[in-house]
Amino acid sequence: MADITTGALRRTLNLARPDDVYNAIVDAHRDLDDEQCRAFDARLILLLANHIGDEDVLCEALAAARQTLEDA
Amino acid sequence: MSSYTYRRYEYRKPAELDGASERRPVVIVGAGMAGPTLALALAQRGVASVILDEDDTVSLGSRSICQAKHSLEIWDRFGVASRMVEKGITWEQGELYLHDKPVFRFNLQPEPGHKFPAFVNLQQYYVEEYLYERCLAEPLVEMRFRNKVVGITPGGEGVAVDVETPDGRYTLAADWLVACDGVRSTVRHLMDLPYPGEVFHDRFLIADIRLLSELPKERRFWFYPPFHPTNSVLLHRQADNVLRVDFQLGRDADPEEEKKPENIDRRLRQMFGPEARWEHEWTSVYTFTCRMMERFVHDRVIFAGDAAHVVSPFGARGGNAAIADVDNLAWKLAMVLRKTAPVALLDSYCSERRAAAEENILNSTRSTDFITPRFPASRAFRDATLSLARDFPFARAMINSGRLSVPTGQRGSPLDTPDGDADWSRGPAPGCAMLDAPIGREAGSWLIDRLGPGFTVLAFAETDMSLGDLPSGVARVCITGDGLARQRYDGRPGTTYLIRPDRYVAARWRRFDGAAIAAAVRRATGNG
Repeated sequence: MADITTGALRRTLNLARPDDVYNAIVDAHRDLDDEQCRAFDARLILLLANHIGDEDVLCEALAAARQTLEDA
Repeated sequence: MSSYTYRRYEYRKPAELDGASERRPVVIVGAGMAGPTLALALAQRGVASVILDEDDTVSLGSRSICQAKHSLEIWDRFGVASRMVEKGITWEQGELYLHDKPVFRFNLQPEPGHKFPAFVNLQQYYVEEYLYERCLAEPLVEMRFRNKVVGITPGGEGVAVDVETPDGRYTLAADWLVACDGVRSTVRHLMDLPYPGEVFHDRFLIADIRLLSELPKERRFWFYPPFHPTNSVLLHRQADNVLRVDFQLGRDADPEEEKKPENIDRRLRQMFGPEARWEHEWTSVYTFTCRMMERFVHDRVIFAGDAAHVVSPFGARGGNAAIADVDNLAWKLAMVLRKTAPVALLDSYCSERRAAAEENILNSTRSTDFITPRFPASRAFRDATLSLARDFPFARAMINSGRLSVPTGQRGSPLDTPDGDADWSRGPAPGCAMLDAPIGREAGSWLIDRLGPGFTVLAFAETDMSLGDLPSGVARVCITGDGLARQRYDGRPGTTYLIRPDRYVAARWRRFDGAAIAAAVRRATGNG
């Protein structure tokens, strides 16, 4: 991973209650099958992307998500 | 089957078959929309041309229908655009449906103050008919119907064209040959030039029907409608109460089965209800490709329109790009023929129009990917966008059912003089198309009507002023007062634009400077 001080995407904690947010995301997927999960995630990503509104942040997040997937 | 009467244009025995051997400055292959437009644009600059077409009538069936503002502005210079606007359907509103419910309405004509609307829907056969009539009345244009090109012999200083007619074969010598002969270009095949690109596998069914009752003037786009639940349907209205219904069939559809009249009628019946009555005009099942030639200029043979590049139909970028191609080419070719510009000026035709074709392919491929998603996640995001659109306006902007065809930018062309002044808040930068605006106090007085056939200097001033010495052949337009033109051009007094003959901005300055204008004209004509 690149130096955490560079770039537009925040890499350090930005949530007051990280456990609650994590579990809220997971719980929202409960009882959905794979296809429904994909549909749900697509809606969520689009809503958040528009809210963030910063193309640099989004592109960096997309690259980071893909990179960590390939590293795994 | 068709409500349009295809008249036959008269074939005449070419003079070459009786021994004539006059060398022609320009031979144009193909009498579609681009060929006649090029011939008229050349004629306005005093250049004679011959158009060869293997057929003797206009375009058959359902082809280009959305004639964009930029094309209308070009045709207006030959006096045929107002006829197209009158005959065609001017549309602004569109509505998008998901399943059986309207999601939102859109307006494609947000800005008043232009001579021409953003689009007119008019069948290609009418466009060609009006262009043919104009060409047949133009002494510098000779249209040769039933003249089929069967051989091309390129040479360093010209090209020899072998032509087959009902009376036999002849050879035509030309300084330049322009191939406007469509996606299956005979000239390209004869020269054995590759046409690389991408093939799309989704099938679409076009049904042009004449509805025997009045319809709203809007475009409609359905995703997963009850009458075609697995795919999308697009509806366009055209002249003569003709509707184009475009059904997405998917990859595995059987074209022969889908084309059967009873199958089409069954879909249309579900779509328009039990009371509707219609007649069929045209039916076809199509797939499409996106392709572009490596080079558009091969010595003395030049390719334009679908012969040089082709896109999917979403976004009306085929016909309109072809018209922009020939408008870009005409003034350059005329200057090269008059020897007021070097042959190398034509390199800029290739680089500028290739850049435009790339932009058009990018835009139409994005629309295609939205309409026919190519992998499961792509479909998931497309469907998510559709389902968010009703309650979340941001998602409406992401629905890509074909973006409005606007003139493509050609930023970075070597013909353009980059901005020297840094304080531009708006206005078309060098490489962008000029913008129309109402000017003067009278209604119906438009900036585009004031431009010359060559370069034009557009100057903004407090009071009308004579603009010092301009290079020969450069027209001048001086704009005073606080109108829309001043807003659109960020035109505080002193602001000066140099507009190219194809109505793109070549340079701009914050103060009038005759020497800078002369230098920019030299640069824009390859004489820099």
